[in-house]
Amino acid sequence: MSGHESSYTPKTGFEKWLDTRLPIIRFANDTAISFPTPKNLNYWYTFGGILAICLVVQILTGVILAMHYEASIDGAFASVERIMRDVPYGWLLRYIHSNGASMFFFAVYIHMFRGLYYGSYKAPREVLWILGCVIFLLMIATAFLGYMLPWGQMSYHGANVITSLFGAIPLVGESLQTWILGGPSIGNQTLQRFFSLHYLLPFMIAAVVILHVWALHVPGNNNPTGVEVQDVEKDTVPFHPYYTVKDAFAIGLFLMLFAAFVFYAPNALGHADQAIEANPLVTPAHIVPEWYMLPFYAILRAITFDIGPIPAKLLGVIAMFAAIAILFVLPWLDTSKVKSMRYRPVARQLFFGFVVVCIGLGWCGAKAPDAPVIPALQGEKVLVVSYTENGQEATSEYKGGHDAYVDAKRFMESLPPESTPSLAAVAPKTFQFSQLSLILTILYFGYFFILFFVGLTEKTKELPESIHKSVLKRHKASTATAVPAE
Amino acid sequence: MKAFRILAAGLAGLSLAAMAHAEGGAAAHPHEPEGGWSFDGITGQFDMPSVQRGYQVYREVCASCHSMKLMSYRNLGEPGGPFYDADYPNANDNPFVKALAADVEILSPTPNDIGEYDFRPATPADTFRSPYANENAARAANNGAAPPDLSVIVKARHGGASYVYSLLSGYPSDEAIGTREVTPAQVTTPASDNGTPDDPTDDVAEVSTPAVTQTVIDMSEVHLPGHKAADGDAGVLVQPAGQYYNPYMAGDTTPQYEGDPRHAPAGGFLAMGPQLPPGRVTFNDGTEATTEQMSHDVAQFLAWASEPKQTNRKSLGLPVMIYLGILTILLWFSYKRIWRKVEH
Repeated sequence: MSGHESSYTPKTGFEKWLDTRLPIIRFANDTAISFPTPKNLNYWYTFGGILAICLVVQILTGVILAMHYEASIDGAFASVERIMRDVPYGWLLRYIHSNGASMFFFAVYIHMFRGLYYGSYKAPREVLWILGCVIFLLMIATAFLGYMLPWGQMSYHGANVITSLFGAIPLVGESLQTWILGGPSIGNQTLQRFFSLHYLLPFMIAAVVILHVWALHVPGNNNPTGVEVQDVEKDTVPFHPYYTVKDAFAIGLFLMLFAAFVFYAPNALGHADQAIEANPLVTPAHIVPEWYMLPFYAILRAITFDIGPIPAKLLGVIAMFAAIAILFVLPWLDTSKVKSMRYRPVARQLFFGFVVVCIGLGWCGAKAPDAPVIPALQGEKVLVVSYTENGQEATSEYKGGHDAYVDAKRFMESLPPESTPSLAAVAPKTFQFSQLSLILTILYFGYFFILFFVGLTEKTKELPESIHKSVLKRHKASTATAVPAE
Repeated sequence: MKAFRILAAGLAGLSLAAMAHAEGGAAAHPHEPEGGWSFDGITGQFDMPSVQRGYQVYREVCASCHSMKLMSYRNLGEPGGPFYDADYPNANDNPFVKALAADVEILSPTPNDIGEYDFRPATPADTFRSPYANENAARAANNGAAPPDLSVIVKARHGGASYVYSLLSGYPSDEAIGTREVTPAQVTTPASDNGTPDDPTDDVAEVSTPAVTQTVIDMSEVHLPGHKAADGDAGVLVQPAGQYYNPYMAGDTTPQYEGDPRHAPAGGFLAMGPQLPPGRVTFNDGTEATTEQMSHDVAQFLAWASEPKQTNRKSLGLPVMIYLGILTILLWFSYKRIWRKVEH
């Protein structure tokens, strides 16, 4: 509530002097101390503060790592290992930074799902939401650029896959790709520009975060009821100490999770191929991005067919970017006047389905597209004898246990040598990850479109009159049920 | 408490994410040595005598083909290293490490007074001597496959130290390996016929190749821990020339398998043959040099070399977790106290 009355009164002479020149203490007081915050925010609302910590941790560790890092294709891999071995506490800095990226995304996904559930993107918070989407986009770019820097196998080949996406754009694609890479292929110049941009983008994130907080403080926080603050006295508490302490407690728990990874499983979220120096001539068997990119990677690979003149690859690229772009227009796709899913019984179920879809897409992204989703359902492989008969290719199939093999072998021996028989085991067709990816991609986009129609027709539950009343009602209900237990 | 539910959900999600990367190939699953690894777990430490023996195995066996470019001799004498001596906090002064380094002659990386590069004994500050001048030389000397650098090999393989151990000790036993002579069928090559019937050199339409000796592995004799023994219909595996079968190597054995292709054995072929027959090195501490023992020790050494600071990491972890735990508990009580009069 930027309109809220300033509670700051300068006390010392210096404060009075400064207040009439640069009222920065007043500003800090009004935004971080006395800011009226709804009293019913739950733990899902603590992730904003957690994310601020993540950004600070990443920038601090990153700046120090950059002092020791060498952005050259001959020295990058060794310099990262040198940080781990010879820089005092370099291993700690690097593991905080690499696991910090995972923690950052883990927190941002929860923050985003929270916004989706409580309708925090709706009027009057559209700009707040869009700024958040900008931050998310910048985070993806920063993480992608940073993943290049250790110059491991996944760095190189992952960057190859992603930069080639720009090549799929008609007409300008190839030039664009060359421009981004600084040459026809990934080389020293690519690594140096990626390093430069990886250093730049976090500060851009920090700038957009300031706008994000500003846009938050104009309408004030949303809250789990989605009912706006009516009476500042009854509905809100000052940010400090109420939410500073609640956020601090949540940050403490979060840091314990963070530390557990850093100290006990620092490489659990990484890929073993990142410990092999980049080699353009050897392509890893499965190229996979970091876990937080997997859902988008699955959408990218989901489309395997051309539609008219548009090739499958371009469709995949469009779908992947659309998956993020659709978040920007969500405030206008959701037509419901009710913000919180608590009071939207139909949309609530759809939301939980959407969460499952997103996790499912992540699962698809980690697997080879032609792998069976449920290996148990695939059934026994079939023996296929391929041979030529009168110049025609022919096959003969054998199913069953050991007998099938004996039969197939006997059949091969009965054929004349010029028919060049060969034997192969072929897995029967089954439900593959590429098909699941396509279904889940359709469901991903479907959620946003269904939300449009659900919003028009859904019969919502009765909203509480105010935040204050909803808190009292819940309080009464919990004490009433608590009595018989005592 | 709600906050813990969120945290638990997060943990579950992240462990799912971690598992998502553990994609298994067609290779057999690497297994730990008997008794596990001393450095596993949140308080695990390296078994120093084993790391020392492992260094001996690396130096006497592996180092003739494999480089360790990220390692210097001084690392051996640094805190947490196998030859650390508290009397010499600076590893460059450690006489044992100095002697180890001085045994190796290297081409000096820096020029001498008159600008030439001499061969000289290594010092603790030097990096481990590389067996080949460059990757091309390594490839040329090894049948086209350059032996990988071992500095971070344990981090670079799924299964880590267990993979190294399983691979080194997992080659088929002598009973399983046999040879056979194969006379390839006469091959008619129309390309060799130049179409001039009068040319006496032209009659090479039928090219006969001499009999070749193949190394074959009887799969019924290959036993993998944790896998059920092959039944009677196990076939034989034909090793390509210059390649060795290993069940823990990633790859595909189907093209080389004579038998039911649905049961092609796990594993693949690699250019390195079995290197650690019993007694390959003589351990100074009297430990019997069995294949398993040497594989175990060298894997432990490589695990240390891949992450020499992992014991520091684990020992710093506990105080950090305790500190954060106490801080979080105090914050919980602060939270309860500050909010005690507010219904929310």
